[in-house]
Amino acid sequence: MGRGAPHPKMKAGRDVAHIILRDLDIPDIWKFDVYVENGGYEGLKKAVTLTPDEVIEVVKASGLRGRGGAGFPTGVKWSFIPKDAETTYVAVNADESEPGTFKDRQIMEGNPHQLIEGALICAYAIRARAVYIYCRGEFWDLTHALDARIEEARAAGFIGENILGSGWSCEVYTHLGAGAYICGEESALLNSLQGLLGQPRVRPPFPAQKGGGLYYEPTVVNNVETLTNVPWIMVNGADAYRQFGTEQSPGVKVFCVSGHVNRPGNYELPLGTTFRELIYEHAGGILDDKGLKGVLTAGASAPILPGSAEVLDTPLTYEDVQKVGSSLGSASVIVLDEDTDMVWAALKMVRFFKHESCGKCTPCREGTFWMERVLSRIHRGEATEGDIDLLDEVAAQIKGKCLCALGEFALNPAAATIAHFRDDYARRVSGVPESTAELETQAPIEAPVAAGD
Amino acid sequence: MLIEKYKDQIEKTLGKYPDRRSAVMPMLYLAQQEYGHITPEAMAEVAEICEMSVTQVRSLVGFYTMYYEKPKGKYLIQVCTDLPCALRGAEQFFEALKDYLGVEEGEVTPDGLFSIEQVMCLAACDKAPVMQINFSYCEGLDIDKAKAIIDDLRAGKSYTPAYRWRAAEHAHAGRKQGGKSKAEPEA
Ligand SMILES: Cc1cc2nc3c(=O)[nH]c(=O)nc-3n(C[C@H](O)[C@H](O)[C@H](O)COP(=O)(O)O)c2cc1C
Ligand code: SF4
Ligand code: FES
Repeated sequence: MGRGAPHPKMKAGRDVAHIILRDLDIPDIWKFDVYVENGGYEGLKKAVTLTPDEVIEVVKASGLRGRGGAGFPTGVKWSFIPKDAETTYVAVNADESEPGTFKDRQIMEGNPHQLIEGALICAYAIRARAVYIYCRGEFWDLTHALDARIEEARAAGFIGENILGSGWSCEVYTHLGAGAYICGEESALLNSLQGLLGQPRVRPPFPAQKGGGLYYEPTVVNNVETLTNVPWIMVNGADAYRQFGTEQSPGVKVFCVSGHVNRPGNYELPLGTTFRELIYEHAGGILDDKGLKGVLTAGASAPILPGSAEVLDTPLTYEDVQKVGSSLGSASVIVLDEDTDMVWAALKMVRFFKHESCGKCTPCREGTFWMERVLSRIHRGEATEGDIDLLDEVAAQIKGKCLCALGEFALNPAAATIAHFRDDYARRVSGVPESTAELETQAPIEAPVAAGD
Repeated sequence: MLIEKYKDQIEKTLGKYPDRRSAVMPMLYLAQQEYGHITPEAMAEVAEICEMSVTQVRSLVGFYTMYYEKPKGKYLIQVCTDLPCALRGAEQFFEALKDYLGVEEGEVTPDGLFSIEQVMCLAACDKAPVMQINFSYCEGLDIDKAKAIIDDLRAGKSYTPAYRWRAAEHAHAGRKQGGKSKAEPEA
């Protein structure tokens, strides 16, 4: 299966059409006419016959949770927008930069009108006057194509003044980022859109509150995949959506599978599918029939899990992945085979976070710097046993001291690989130890404090 | 001057936002497209259009990785060597391609045609190894395919992005010297 293949096996054991990746069922659904022929924009038409609050109630009842990482209930998020707010916005998070995540891109390439429709339904529900779709800069071609899709929707009267005679008017625009992972963090995204440095804001106020959103007006920030669910929910109802997934994690999710598998790709499946089914059935198993060493569930951001039977039998839901010590996040499943050197893998991930730290707070900026340095030494075979603990300590010092979640993400690669794969480290440090005096005196042993405001 | 040459486009972009300052990122792309990289004069122009100080504009140019203060080759090749791609041999792919071009990372080939650099995840991990040429995707590569693309570019042929949408709909590349193809994509 994966890109290009038709129906995923759904819960009931029968073939069900995709909800999100409809490009796999219907060729050319990216085209406006094809989308409309296949029920496109019916969700928006239905929404405007309801009151905005009724729309929010439907989304709440569906149990849809944010697909950008945090899994926050979408309808609840929308309901936080003050009812008396005069100006509100929707910001669509299309920054997709987490290593191992490539679902939003397929959605925007393959089924762009459904995203536009979902964003418009959200905009109607919070009476927004504009939607900004914030795309990572590398989506250059895609974003220009999306502009053309937006024009098609405008020409059909779904965007602009007095949409479908509802008295509500709304514009939709794209905005291109320019290469900064941190701009996927919602408050950094808003700053970036405002032409400020793309660094996170201090919260509260939260984006939904006055003072916290885009141009400091109440704003809903939602992920591309989250919003792409919404038209289907409007048309088919909350109960229909809940037939997939679990009580706490209803619906379907696009799982991005990468790394050592035979068929890497995007798989839209009900939440609650196990790692085993995802990796061995859908993604075709491990390359060269090797054993599984570890699996990352949320790209580089969540702790790596060992490839144990317990993990393989864990259902991919927000609650179950948490129970085994990680988090579902964006469901970017990176598979690492038995031959993977976990010191090397940790170093790759720490380098990512060091590169992407926005530098605003000391623990994150300095911590990623030092972790990279110690890990490099270990990787080069120049470190001692004590360096492993030093690394663990540096990681621990970042915890809970950062302005945004990137700092928390950044400690996971080192901490979790040490916890699960200490042997890989031990092997690296068994060589002739070199002096680490310099490192030990320079490492931030004292808990650093946030320098940012 | 950008403001004269691209008056309509600039007005349209400014019209998207309630605040002129929001247009700074698109204006920087426009400047980069026009001048090949972001020159000090370009920053001054952008500052004026967006009613910001030049210092503010400069700090943004430094913050984001896709604005370049130094000239790059006509074709900027960005190879993803982040973890998922590296699991599929992207680091070796990068080294081999760099050797084929005969250039160090971040430098320009003597003929001015190519620069090559490693980048973080490009949201194409299932198609590793992947690269972008002037911000257009090139996926599912191996070193032979990549060499063939380089040979084509050296021979003056343009790169055709394998892309779902008609190429004609793509406005332009992020960089002026993009050498974008007018041809139809294969997909
Ligand atoms: C460092 C960092 C990077 C993030 N990157 C993304 C991203 O690329 N896309 C995304 O949708 N959410 C990203 N998020 C999560 C957003 O902050 C936010 O929670 C999300 O966009 C909310 O949308 P949702 O409720 O629909 O998931 C990131 C968070 C952090 C801390
Ligand atoms: S935790 Fe890191 S990325 Fe987040 S605001 Fe602080 S320095 Fe920036
Ligand atoms: S890791 Fe290379 S595209 Fe994601």
